[in-house]
Amino acid sequence: MIDPSKHKLREVIVKNRQEIAAGVFVFSYERVYSFTSGQVVAITVDLTDEPRLYSIASGENESEISILFNVLPEGKLTTQLANLSNGDKVFVSRPFGEFKGDEESAYWIATGTGIAPFVSMYYSGLGKDKIIIHGGRTLRSFYNQEVFQKAYGERYHRCCSGEKGEHVFNGRLTDFLKTQNNLPIDFKYYLCGSSEMVVETRDILIAKGIPFNQIIAEIYF
Amino acid sequence: MKDNLFGKTLQELEEVVTGEDMPSFVAKQLTDWLYKKHIQQIDDMRNLSKKNISLLKKKYQVGLIKHTSVQVSVDGTKKYLFPTANEKFIESAFIPDKNRATLCVSSQIGCKMGCLFCMTGKQGFQGHLSAGEIINQIHSLPEFDELTSVVYMGMGEPFDNLENVLKSVEILTADWGYAWSPKRITVSTIGIVPAMMRFIEVSKAHLAISLHSPFEEDRKKIMPVENVYPIPKLLDSIKSFDWNSQRRISFEYIMFKDFNDTQKHINELARILNGIKCRINLLRFHPIPDSPLASPDEKEIVEFRDRLNAKGIVTTIRTSRGEDIFAACGLLSTKKLLKELDSEKDF
Ligand SMILES: Cc1cc2nc3c(=O)[nH]c(=O)nc-3n(C[C@H](O)[C@H](O)[C@H](O)COP(=O)(O)OP(=O)(O)OC[C@H]3O[C@@H](n4cnc5c(N)ncnc54)[C@H](O)[C@@H]3O)c2cc1C
Ligand code: SF4
Repeated sequence: MIDPSKHKLREVIVKNRQEIAAGVFVFSYERVYSFTSGQVVAITVDLTDEPRLYSIASGENESEISILFNVLPEGKLTTQLANLSNGDKVFVSRPFGEFKGDEESAYWIATGTGIAPFVSMYYSGLGKDKIIIHGGRTLRSFYNQEVFQKAYGERYHRCCSGEKGEHVFNGRLTDFLKTQNNLPIDFKYYLCGSSEMVVETRDILIAKGIPFNQIIAEIYF
Repeated sequence: MKDNLFGKTLQELEEVVTGEDMPSFVAKQLTDWLYKKHIQQIDDMRNLSKKNISLLKKKYQVGLIKHTSVQVSVDGTKKYLFPTANEKFIESAFIPDKNRATLCVSSQIGCKMGCLFCMTGKQGFQGHLSAGEIINQIHSLPEFDELTSVVYMGMGEPFDNLENVLKSVEILTADWGYAWSPKRITVSTIGIVPAMMRFIEVSKAHLAISLHSPFEEDRKKIMPVENVYPIPKLLDSIKSFDWNSQRRISFEYIMFKDFNDTQKHINELARILNGIKCRINLLRFHPIPDSPLASPDEKEIVEFRDRLNAKGIVTTIRTSRGEDIFAACGLLSTKKLLKELDSEKDF
């Protein structure tokens, strides 16, 4: 049994639970602690299990913290989270982590739920001078796409590997990046998602002349 | 598919035998055969009754795995390739050195942590190793009897596979297991703090931390984990334990030219490690394909060591071993042996 006080876990009530695409869910809970966009929280449903980490997907000044997650078929926590209803309880930690954005020009590159920290940065006022590249399997899985489309237009790229769609690159995010020439070397490149995506994307960027010290990655290990 | 007995703890074996209506003392007999007498099959367990042998054989096998190939370096280092249960491969490096011999074992197939300087990181992650698969690298090593120490510094991040790593250390050190002193074992981590804290609490083995930069902003550029568990949090956790006993903590520091090799880095290392009884191991960087990083020359590495020693931090330079067979630190990878499964990608 996990000692909630040792892990600084706190019980919160699930709200606004929604399945945005097959196996991709979002829910929120009332914000108790302040946080910096890009940070994560540790979550568990059952105190006998080790908590898992999730990026906060809402802005710093919003009254609720949103969490975006996708279900792993054999995943311990995500299969439990998928079965929650509004009003159920989960245990969450204080926000922590140092994957922080800033106001400099940057690319935000994410796959799947890896878009969460960038959604948080956007709603926290760091969206200026950014270019977003988001990879996903289905057209519905691009969380916050209506808002990003409006705000960024041509600077918002969706890469869909499983379905074709209007204004959507049909293929993997890494294939899209390979088509991009003259990527600015003075921009920062923030990457977030699975380790496969981060490692492959980082290699492509470096091969295209981006200095490695301009690339910052958050891996969902 | 039969379940393996090898790799189970005494408690797990007790569950096996009581589940088959055998007396619980049979579990102790099993650990003797498995971990002390090196038998290959259940039939070899001569003090078990015929009935118990046939009961066990219905559901279980010993489960040892032989290496499928070995490469030998000019310096005597050997790199062994072992198949895994999920039809992938892992590597282990046997490093003889005068009157010592160390085995560097893998804890995962590939790795999720994506460190910029590491071949295993480039391979991605293909699965965790069971405790049996970890111990098997030691047990099935032709040079088993020569081994003086084991380091968990092969493929994978041990604390991303904590339960199996803890179990493997338990089997190595328990009286009913190999009865090794925990001082013969070092587990190396990039600093997954919650798992590391549990390891420190429940095990007595040595701990090595891959630091590679004392500055948070720089470490982020080569080790994504820094975004989650930054250096101050890592060191605060370490400082909350008493390292004055027999147990050792060391910091691994791969040297990168013009990145982490200046006096500024020495000063900062001295500052952040102040109060921790530890040592630093400097490692030469072994370039991996397309890497933007490079190694300083030998003279600079020696000077860096001397200046750290002058600051009162015991610092040594780790000899590079097995470079010609890609067995050296950061070079292990079985990527070439993998069948690419593109459909598993989420991007
Ligand atoms: C910093 C950070 C932030 C994160 N943020 C989010 C987020 O915002 N949203 C989100 O959905 N997830 C996020 N994750 C991932 C999350 O923490 C959980 O790991 C994930 O949700 C699975 O939890 P689970 O309990 O369902 O699966 P588990 O029961 O933990 O099972 C997952 C199993 O699959 C294995 N596995 C993982 N990747 C692979 C792979 N590529 N190939 C084969 N096996 C694999 C794991 O090692 C593990 O054994 C984040 C992770 C980190 C480290
Ligand atoms: S250095 Fe260790 S943790 Fe980092 S990628 Fe390589 S094996 Fe994984």
